[in-house]
Amino acid sequence: MPKTEEEKGFVSIINGRYKPKGKFHIIEANQPIFNEDTGKLAGVTNPRDMTYIHSYGGEAVFFESLSKGKLMATRCDNDKCKFKGSIYLPFRIYCPDCLQKMTAIDFTEKAKKSAKIYSFIITHRSGAFNTLKLPIKFINIEFDDVVTILMSYLSVGDPEIEKRVVPIFKTKNPTYSIMDLSFVPEGTSESELPEGFTF
Amino acid sequence: MIKFSDKQLKIPKMSKPVYLATVGMSKFDRAFPETRTEELCIQALTAAADFVNMTPAELKSFIHTAYYGHFADHFGDQLLGEAVIHDRLGLDPLGTIGVKTGGATGGSTMWEAIKTVASGYSDCALALGWERMDEVPTDEGNHLISAAADKDWETPLGHIYTGYYAVMAQRYWQIFGKAEDSFRKTMAEIAVKNRGYARMNPYAHGPMKITVEDVINSTVIAYPLRALDCCLMSVGSACGVVCDEKTAYEITDNPLRIWIGAGSHTLRVADRRNMKIPLLPNEKPGQYDNLGKRFPGADRYPGFSSFLAARVAAYYAYNMTGVVDPIDDLDVVELHDAFTISDIQTYEDIGITPYGDGRNYIESGDAYHTNPITKKPGKLPSNLCGGLIGCMHAVGATGLMQIAEIGYHIWNRWDEIHEPEEKWKEFGREKPKDWTSLQVKGAKRGLAISHAGVGSHVTCTILMHPNHLIKEE
Repeated sequence: MPKTEEEKGFVSIINGRYKPKGKFHIIEANQPIFNEDTGKLAGVTNPRDMTYIHSYGGEAVFFESLSKGKLMATRCDNDKCKFKGSIYLPFRIYCPDCLQKMTAIDFTEKAKKSAKIYSFIITHRSGAFNTLKLPIKFINIEFDDVVTILMSYLSVGDPEIEKRVVPIFKTKNPTYSIMDLSFVPEGTSESELPEGFTF
Repeated sequence: MIKFSDKQLKIPKMSKPVYLATVGMSKFDRAFPETRTEELCIQALTAAADFVNMTPAELKSFIHTAYYGHFADHFGDQLLGEAVIHDRLGLDPLGTIGVKTGGATGGSTMWEAIKTVASGYSDCALALGWERMDEVPTDEGNHLISAAADKDWETPLGHIYTGYYAVMAQRYWQIFGKAEDSFRKTMAEIAVKNRGYARMNPYAHGPMKITVEDVINSTVIAYPLRALDCCLMSVGSACGVVCDEKTAYEITDNPLRIWIGAGSHTLRVADRRNMKIPLLPNEKPGQYDNLGKRFPGADRYPGFSSFLAARVAAYYAYNMTGVVDPIDDLDVVELHDAFTISDIQTYEDIGITPYGDGRNYIESGDAYHTNPITKKPGKLPSNLCGGLIGCMHAVGATGLMQIAEIGYHIWNRWDEIHEPEEKWKEFGREKPKDWTSLQVKGAKRGLAISHAGVGSHVTCTILMHPNHLIKEE
């Protein structure tokens, strides 16, 4: 049964520490497992209902920007790095070569103009805790001038290698997760976008 | 573009020769609802002792350090599961450590054991692995496996690992397979071969007598991959004992030489940067200059169609041992056939065929025990135990099972392990009436690839009979 609003667990940071509030787990007794053929005890269940807390750290700006309709990338600007100028998306905090902090850049417009599908897969299965609608159309996206490839999902139409796509953002009721970013084929109209998403 | 320094490309050197003295395996199955993990691990270690005519206590008396491969603590709700097994095997207070590298966990566990012997720290080390994937509901299991992808960038997208993995298959299928029916058929032939070979293996839990059409008509998991293209999800244990020369010959009069190379690549497939193809000993500079012309879209390396970690592991292992051409220099291989298409990708990564020509290895018939075209022995049979598709994929044990299987061939004892009626009965499995020996006659050298998911970790183990080394030492 879903938790009520009062039962949900929330976390904030006060004075540099996590402050959890609400219920983070509901205790449920274990149950025995019997072999129905022999009637003998074989084991027990161990129900667990847990909430993990984890920090976005230096990537927080990426996830917060999605809720504002922006796609952020990072660029190595270290003059001493052999790979200066490399742009990373997925957003990386540090350059993997020189290990200096990179510069966060707004890549939204460039992404709109150059994103195309590098590979894709359509799957009708998902794991526990999935909130995406099935089937999921996973896509990998190449952008001009970016040295890496981004994974996301296509919300409208069918994927195809080399197809031009544009990013869309969940700016209404954002989840502040990677699911706030999706893509649609170039030319898709605003009215075709899933609920809560904007260009 | 990334480049490696000469220091990074240095060929690994072991301070002393390392030998594989014995190996053992438990029965493998989809679930063992009435068997504890320690029972399976004890089965594997006892089998290793039996193999050299020792009691478990006698074999244990040689072991100085123990490495345990167990990927998914969270499946068993038991942190430090390695300490539990170490205690149950009665190996306290010896030094021990757990190893976790996803699907490559078995190979990585052996990597650690070999290095501890090569360094002189221990004269004898145990590498033992297991996995327990039957103790959570399937959808929760899928979520737990998806947690082996990047938790912020990939896991929330469907909580399903297939979604992060199969995009590589799609890219290979379209660029190198050109989405041709004939390539689809070649993929299916791997599933038919491996499930068919599993029929001769009492340890295997996915044996099937099927046709190419059965594979092509099976349920779509993530197109082009279908249910029969995919590996099994298993429970079980396997182990190997490695030693220095003196100790090895105290345990057995017939130990094998063992080497291993390891490579890695980004956990997040998306983070693969473009680079020049590193060459193996049987490849020539410039050989891939026209790859993008032959296969439009193949100009990005490794892109999503190759596993850099496998190539680097093979580069180290071949150069350590003197292997130039795997087809000529090796007699039998066990590859990580998580999916039919990734099996083909690996043929190229480890130089069985050049990049772009992976399908030729299957189509030539040389990957079979008996080449179906020439009716002669295949030049380099692969996955005669059934592989991950037909035998098992109990993650932490898989790489060790593969090493054990290669060992059985070189020891010329494959029949002794797979044929006895009593073993089939003990495992509650029916021995097929057409049971056939798959012993590779005269096998002296073999290889096993242990591979993690999207290629984040790969090991390449090479076994040789000591009288049939390639490189003078």
